Amino acid sequence: MEAFTTHTGRAVPLRRSNVDTDQIIPAHWLKKVTRDGFEDGLFEAWRKDPEFVLNRPERQGATVLVAGPDFGTGSSREHAVWALQNYGFKAVVSSRFADIFRGNSLKNGLLTVVLDQKTVDALWELTEADPTAEITVDLENRQVRADGVTADFELDENARWRLLNGLDDISITLQNEADIAAYEAGRPSHKPRTLPL
Amino acid sequence: MGRTLAEKVWDDHVVRRAEGEPDLLFIDLHLLHEVTSPQAFDGLRKSGRQVRRLDLTIATEDHNTPTLDIDKPVADPVSRAQLETLRKNCAEFGVRLHPLGDVEQGVVHVVGPQLGLTQPGTTVVCGDSHTSTHGAFGALAFGIGTSQVEHVLATQTLPMARPRTMAITVDGELPEGVTAKDLILAIIARIGTGGGQGYVLEYRGSAIEKLSMEARMTICNMSIEAGARAGMIAPDETTFAYLKGRAHAPEGEAWDAAVAYWKTLRTDDDAVFDAEVVIDAATLSPFVTWGTNPGQGAPLSASVPDPASYEDASERLAAEKALEYMGLTAGQPLRDIAVDTVFVGSCTNGRIEDLRAAADVLRGRSVADGLRMLVVPGSVRVGLQAVDEGLDQVFKAAGAEWRHAGCSMCLGMNPDQLAPGERSASTSNRNFEGRQGKGGRTHLVSPQVAAATAVLGRLASPADLSTADATTPAGV
Ligand code: SF4
Repeated sequence: MEAFTTHTGRAVPLRRSNVDTDQIIPAHWLKKVTRDGFEDGLFEAWRKDPEFVLNRPERQGATVLVAGPDFGTGSSREHAVWALQNYGFKAVVSSRFADIFRGNSLKNGLLTVVLDQKTVDALWELTEADPTAEITVDLENRQVRADGVTADFELDENARWRLLNGLDDISITLQNEADIAAYEAGRPSHKPRTLPL
Repeated sequence: MGRTLAEKVWDDHVVRRAEGEPDLLFIDLHLLHEVTSPQAFDGLRKSGRQVRRLDLTIATEDHNTPTLDIDKPVADPVSRAQLETLRKNCAEFGVRLHPLGDVEQGVVHVVGPQLGLTQPGTTVVCGDSHTSTHGAFGALAFGIGTSQVEHVLATQTLPMARPRTMAITVDGELPEGVTAKDLILAIIARIGTGGGQGYVLEYRGSAIEKLSMEARMTICNMSIEAGARAGMIAPDETTFAYLKGRAHAPEGEAWDAAVAYWKTLRTDDDAVFDAEVVIDAATLSPFVTWGTNPGQGAPLSASVPDPASYEDASERLAAEKALEYMGLTAGQPLRDIAVDTVFVGSCTNGRIEDLRAAADVLRGRSVADGLRMLVVPGSVRVGLQAVDEGLDQVFKAAGAEWRHAGCSMCLGMNPDQLAPGERSASTSNRNFEGRQGKGGRTHLVSPQVAAATAVLGRLASPADLSTADATTPAGV
């Protein structure tokens, strides 16, 4: 997993609330057998409309999604996070995230930032008025900054440490590799093995 | 204080324990299949990781495999892609795979025990909720998600919070004609589909001790339908006899050492369970489901319940919805429900004993006119054994279809599906809406009830078959 310290990028203001995981990535995309290539499925239904904000030329290359409340509700599919990341988003800002989505996002290195709706409104106004406006998401200082906006956010220390160091669940376990090796060395020899045939 | 069976197996697998963190557990056996593994392998590839213990990992193809024309290319592109991806991944990472066409291929939860890989006191995981099946051997076995599959591939461990334990004690004798399937359906109806949540269930008591390994697997298999991630039964002489001589069972001194260890795997007399349920086996009778979750079941002799009889509002609503979906009316005797399809198979009831039981009922009888009966062995080996015993001939003579091994109509990911509105009696484990095909209606039953139902064309037990219809074509 990529480490996240601080990120600055342009934004996509998504003025919609209750964006569920089926809207983020429709179910028929779940048949894929890889973890990448989901970018074209992101908000697929809405993207059929050329005026949809993600389709606007001035939003190309944006990396911060500023969404309405209750982002990521619905099914537990991790594909929703992969789709956002595959598309190029590094951080999502909202006043409220669905729990499972938030857990999945932090596990995968997508920073989900909770700000109050007033601040989200300010970010919407700013980036709608000026598509080139940049937003900085500073995880070290737990702060979001943009022209005229400075807002602190909260994130539990464990999740923050993992993101700052780019540690996924597996890397964390592998920090205890010596314990695993010691356990393996002590396993009884009568335990079953699938190999050699 | 003494420990329960689950606690003993758990403690024997703790790699690391730290205050405020879940335990890191070592995994003895990791089973893979084509549906939940592709992204896990892809994750490994992306992070440049290897499979840590190829010698504790094994894969088989089951969910998507066709049960007809298995030598032709798989028609459905999604199914084909999943199968091909598994083959590619196993070849790339060096994982042992039993693909379609291989003699060891079959439903993952039938294959593990049959090879002797599932052993008492082991931890077994698979990206499939019915991994609880393996608990029948006194293994701690649970289903995991795809990111956990990747975690186990890379580290052979899983961080897990210690579960609570529940004893389900079944004393007394099961009456004649009452099977393990009837027992587990009755247990789920009693404790509810959420009753086991957060617990490892331990089935114990004299009625459990008398069960064969296959019957024990049927019971543990459906623990998940009661909300529990795992179910266990203490290993005993029945377990040891089943394992002796299997391909991956220990031999010689290793066997003696293993048995000595296995014998310690019993809940101590002074151990305390977090919850207990007691069931009198003698009160049970053939049990079937009428609704759309495995807890919505009743004795075959009963009638479809009246939703108004439920005190709990959400249960009442669930019953109303279920009756509507199932096309049933309150008060209708369960024995009057006519079915279109009978499915015998799955990791719940697709083993040799199950096929024998169904064949015994069908021998000399025939499947009702217009009814489709599918018999799908849980594995290729089960199928071969059945052919050896002439069971395939019994099924074919009765007018049933004898198919190739796989999950088949248990979940209808392959072409074996119910059409909208079609009704089945099925030996599988889930009667959810659309599980066996969009709009399909499922009644969960034992193999014996499935076979009797096939003969009469309506839900029935072998006791309902008169000796007369053994000679005349049935469906009268
Ligand atoms: S037989 Fe059914 S329950 Fe068992 S693994 Fe296959 S799909 Fe799952």
